[in-house]
Amino acid sequence: MISVSDVNLTFETNDGPVNALRSVSLEVNEGDFVSFIGPSGCGKTTLLRVIAALETPTDGKVIVNNMTPDEARKAREYGYVFQAAGLYPWRTVSGNIKLPLEIMGYSASEKEDRTRKVIDLVELKGFEKKFPWQLSGGMQQRASIARALAFDANILLMDEPFGALDEIVRDRLNGELLNLWGRTDKTICFVTHSIPEAVFLSTKIVVMSPRPGRITDVIESPLPKNRDLNIRDSQEFIKIAQRVREGLKAGQTEDVF
Amino acid sequence: MNIFLFLFFIIWLGGWWINIKISKFNDPNLPRFIVPSLFGMVILLMWELAVIGLQINPILLPAPSAIALKFSRSLDILWIDFVQTLIKGALSGYILGCGAAFLTAIAIDKFNFLKRGLLPLGNFISALPIVGMAPIFVMWFGFDWQSKCAIVVVMVYFPMLVNCVQGLELIDPNRQDLMRTYSASYTQTLIKLRLPSALPFIFNGLKICSTLALIGAIVAEFFGSPIKGMGFRISSEVGRFALDMVWAEIFVAAIAGCLFYGLIAIIEKRTTFWHPSQQK
Repeated sequence: MISVSDVNLTFETNDGPVNALRSVSLEVNEGDFVSFIGPSGCGKTTLLRVIAALETPTDGKVIVNNMTPDEARKAREYGYVFQAAGLYPWRTVSGNIKLPLEIMGYSASEKEDRTRKVIDLVELKGFEKKFPWQLSGGMQQRASIARALAFDANILLMDEPFGALDEIVRDRLNGELLNLWGRTDKTICFVTHSIPEAVFLSTKIVVMSPRPGRITDVIESPLPKNRDLNIRDSQEFIKIAQRVREGLKAGQTEDVF
Repeated sequence: MNIFLFLFFIIWLGGWWINIKISKFNDPNLPRFIVPSLFGMVILLMWELAVIGLQINPILLPAPSAIALKFSRSLDILWIDFVQTLIKGALSGYILGCGAAFLTAIAIDKFNFLKRGLLPLGNFISALPIVGMAPIFVMWFGFDWQSKCAIVVVMVYFPMLVNCVQGLELIDPNRQDLMRTYSASYTQTLIKLRLPSALPFIFNGLKICSTLALIGAIVAEFFGSPIKGMGFRISSEVGRFALDMVWAEIFVAAIAGCLFYGLIAIIEKRTTFWHPSQQK
């Protein structure tokens, strides 16, 4: 589905080159829920942007749905959810969800159908006519997810979508996201810096560390696909969380050299 | 002391007293127009009484009643002047100038190298003195409204251009990236993202230019015009010491300017309601 092999990315800045990604390799299979976790500066967002063709790697090869990332972008193979909801304030919730549909040239009736469907999916019924600035942060992020789901992309790229929300709302949205993933068979790449969030959501956890940004561990989660929040008290969950924590720590000690 | 001056002070103190009452009353249900219209009425009354009481020469300052009388008796002339100067001269120049500036801004935004050439050129044009350009434009475009329209175009072009360029430069990287992920075309991004987010700036330009257009069209008539138009009337009536007519023209210009500005402000409120500057 997504294959990243030996990708390097160096940003040229005024303070000299910054090695954002170094020899990163990764396989994401269809239907996976993959989390990228690591401290800030580890390149997790950059990796997601490389997959989305919003950044171009210095060298290495990336394949998305048997295409180059840029071809995949032009074929609208993925939906992207940004850290800030980034809704257009001059459009209502349903207007925002229709935005990609308008750009992609869907018919009027199809626009209505799809908008209604994804609004139901993210539980925003009754808020269609509201403007983004009339909604809470959690609702804005739901609308933003609905916008990314409105068209038929089978990959969903999410960049810390719940990073700015409080823990109670985040737990709720995590549960809803899992539910949604179970119902839609999408492949999801999810950037986070929360260990419980990564372990709770993922079938595969990619642990990354900074300077240079690289992958230190890839954990295949043994947790069942259907899970609820209680799973966080199970032995298995705690064991995986421990392994993630150790991976993050290992990345830090290497930092000394 | 004469009775008019006595009344003058009575009205002054009375207005003051009502003002204090209203400010203490502080009722949010009070219609918003009450305070300014009360203020205007008090000023007009004081003006009238002072002119009569002090027997001010009507050439220096005619009484408001005299101006009103002149206004009501010259409606036909005022209307002809209004159409000549504000509709034909100012409005056509405003639409042409702002429209051209808007299109230039889009061209500048699309082809970055134009920015280095066109912005300084626009700046240069706006620095040209109107008293120098007006007679030249009269030579080029004739005495009628066309030369006034040209002056207005020159006056409004640059402020509108600067505002539009600034608005289009204001890019939210997140929203731009979002358009990229949809693989939206240049035109789609322009219409669905860039122009809506530039609207507050575009309206700033339109508001600034509305008053500039008014001034430009009137002043330009001082440098040659047919025997109609507000600027022509003002300069010729001053020559005949008919200052009441001058005041009547000023009154027309003030009303028209306020209405035009207000109209733009209303459209702005309707279309940029989402912007933080419009929310309370």
